Amino acid sequence: MRVKVQMPSGEMITGFLLTIILLSPVVAQDLCKESKDGFKVRISLKTALGNDAYEWNESEKFLFRSTLAYAMRKKTGEDTYNIENILVCNDTKRVSFIFVVTLPADPTQLIPKEEVERAVRQSKHRINNAFLLSDMTLEFVGVPPTLAVPIQYNTPPWLIVFGVVIGIVAVGIVALLMSTVSKRRRAKAKDAGFDQDGDDEGIVKENGTALSGLNKKDGVYNQAFSNDERFTKL
Amino acid sequence: MDTASETSSVQERPKWDNKVQYLLTCVGFAVGLGNIWRFPYLCQIYGGGAFLIPYLIALVFEGLPLLYLELAIGQSLRKGSIGVWHSISPLLGGVGVASMVVSFLVGLFYNTILAWVLWYFFHSFEDPLPWSQCPINDNLEGYVEECVSSTPVNYYWYRQTLNISPDIEQSGSLQWTLVLCLATAWSIVYICFIRGIETIGKAVYVTATFPYLVLTIFLVRALTLPGATDGLQYLFTPDWTLLTNPQVWLDAATQIFFSLSLAFGGLIAFSSYNPKKNDCERDALFVGIINSATSLYASIPIFAILGFKATSNFNSCVNSNILDLTNAFDIGDRNITIENYDSWLRDLNASDPDRVSSLNLKHCVLKNFLDQSASGTGLAFIVFTEAVIEMPGSQVWAVLFFVMLFSLGLSSMFGNLEGVLTPLLDLHMVPRWMPKEIFTGLICVVNFLVALIFTLGSGNYWLEIFNSYVGSVPLLVIAFFEIIAVVCFYGIKRFSDDIEQMTGRRPNLFWRCCWMGISPVMLLVVLVAYVVVQVQKHPTYPAWNPQYENFPETEEKPYSTWVFSICVLLSSVPVISIPIVALYRLIRRHTHPHSGYPNPYTNQSYTDDTHTQSFKQI
Repeated sequence: MRVKVQMPSGEMITGFLLTIILLSPVVAQDLCKESKDGFKVRISLKTALGNDAYEWNESEKFLFRSTLAYAMRKKTGEDTYNIENILVCNDTKRVSFIFVVTLPADPTQLIPKEEVERAVRQSKHRINNAFLLSDMTLEFVGVPPTLAVPIQYNTPPWLIVFGVVIGIVAVGIVALLMSTVSKRRRAKAKDAGFDQDGDDEGIVKENGTALSGLNKKDGVYNQAFSNDERFTKL
Repeated sequence: MDTASETSSVQERPKWDNKVQYLLTCVGFAVGLGNIWRFPYLCQIYGGGAFLIPYLIALVFEGLPLLYLELAIGQSLRKGSIGVWHSISPLLGGVGVASMVVSFLVGLFYNTILAWVLWYFFHSFEDPLPWSQCPINDNLEGYVEECVSSTPVNYYWYRQTLNISPDIEQSGSLQWTLVLCLATAWSIVYICFIRGIETIGKAVYVTATFPYLVLTIFLVRALTLPGATDGLQYLFTPDWTLLTNPQVWLDAATQIFFSLSLAFGGLIAFSSYNPKKNDCERDALFVGIINSATSLYASIPIFAILGFKATSNFNSCVNSNILDLTNAFDIGDRNITIENYDSWLRDLNASDPDRVSSLNLKHCVLKNFLDQSASGTGLAFIVFTEAVIEMPGSQVWAVLFFVMLFSLGLSSMFGNLEGVLTPLLDLHMVPRWMPKEIFTGLICVVNFLVALIFTLGSGNYWLEIFNSYVGSVPLLVIAFFEIIAVVCFYGIKRFSDDIEQMTGRRPNLFWRCCWMGISPVMLLVVLVAYVVVQVQKHPTYPAWNPQYENFPETEEKPYSTWVFSICVLLSSVPVISIPIVALYRLIRRHTHPHSGYPNPYTNQSYTDDTHTQSFKQI
């Protein structure tokens, strides 16, 4: 049995193409809604910006789609990504939505989730700044926020403070010890000065036998002669 | 007493430059870390304002009489703790030795706490504060797990500061960072202590007054923080029913006792450098009242800040619930606020209860956060540091707080070290060739080396042991014997005569009643009750064990036998010197009956010539 195949006419082709073009947003929505490759995005404008928060409208969505396209371009290095490749759906008042990325060559095919995630993580900082938001307030559900790299110091600041404190203390200790040593030296010089300085007037030169042999300059208290005046009253 | 040796001893004994130095030193010794982190805690757990009643009763009947006694006895007998009790009766020399040993042991761990304070102080200059966030783990994938399961503040304290081992048996290694801080702490102590009271007297102008300045700054700042009034209300609302609990009275009595730093021998040492004619009654009242007033004054900013912290925690709790609800129900951002949270929750629960319950919202109650109390190092290094992160300008507040803690502890360290130095000087244990500076340096070096055990991984556990076993029962025993010594051996009449000579009036009936009756009885009751309470509960310690199944809660581990025997040793060794010295003297008195008493037949006018220069046989 021979099947008769009829070649489509030109009118049928235009009609078909028109339907596809008109239906493509609907198709696109289906791609977005039912996809497992989609990411949910949550934006907290009032938390981030308070009174300066802008309104989330179509223009902002347009900006979002373009930044995502930029992120894909940057990741893949291909300049073929355009705003039509980013599909957004499920808008809520939260503000949250779901987006998917289609292949530039074939709008019916989606980019796998892992690739999109890598692209987002690479450009997250730029995406955040485009919206004046942060990792906390522009949330891609499932994409963990990139951790801030800890600041590496050449000299940890605490060592600097420690060095300053211990330096001051060390200087203080040395100064106090030096002052004690110099005081002792001066006292010893005054003691020795009695024996050696014969030229000074008014200083009686001792013959070095009686008093200098004793430890105390005051001499030895002779208990045979005690100060009785306190006890004996006339 | 012949005049020349009397004048020479007066010249040799150092003295205070002026009365202000003496008072500031005593106040600084009494006012210490406990006023900041123990008294507010006790107020909190014992029913706020109601705690003040047992506290003030203990102050009036136990604290002030003992304080007056110590200052008076030091001033009249003009010696350190060993010399004073030996003068009263040679049988009681052991009391002084016990004071000295306790002062030494307490000084060891007290300065380690100051080393920790220094560590935090050094790090308070960093931006952001290192205890505000978890560090990233080695693969740079996430945060360190131990930190994530507990809190950044806890992790910083237990891991990055102490590097604590999970068990007291595992000593770990010396933490070089802590060793550096300990060396710094001891150097700072040395530079102030280098010439004894000469340098201490100048250092206290700063260390005793600076904490009050900082407390005032904190008071002003804390009262303007949100949630401060909640904290204050919670603190001061009295709960009178707790007064029937005997534990409250016991804790009040012990708090007053330890807060005034009695029985360390430091106060005796300080007053021994006073001129003979000095009104020690007024000094005692001054020091005692200022100490308690400081405790009260400090508790206000502490509680305002704790109230602020509780409010912040409560707000974060509620905010995390709000975020969960907002995300689950896709409600507009910031539509739910803390104020309308309850009404929103009701509405949502009415419309979709299953989804709400699936969120597992936290139950946030402000009172639960206010109930989280902490004392001791937990208050300073965990609770307060967490509060400081939330305050704007955290670095400034952290720096101020830790400098205040350091100066509070430093002025108390002076008393501890004087309690060790003065008796040694009075016993003439210092070789004549050694200048005082070298001797004090030697004391500091020995202390530093022994205190290195607290820089090990298990150091914090050992410190807690020292704190609970050395700084408690031995002091109570020593104080009890001090009162007995003065009342029974010295005699109240003789003591009153001395006081009349010094102050110009005899101690009035109140003081005499306290010394002879109320205070010794109170001390005995407190001592017995304390020992009974301690013996009843099996000693355990909270260990920080990341492997524990309920981590981040601390694991209650019992002390093993050898550790517990060390605890018992620490409590008994200081005290054992009292009976040992008494026995020794009794035995000596019996075997050498004449050596104790002056021989009426010795004539001091004629010294034995063989001891002086020997003349060659003429």
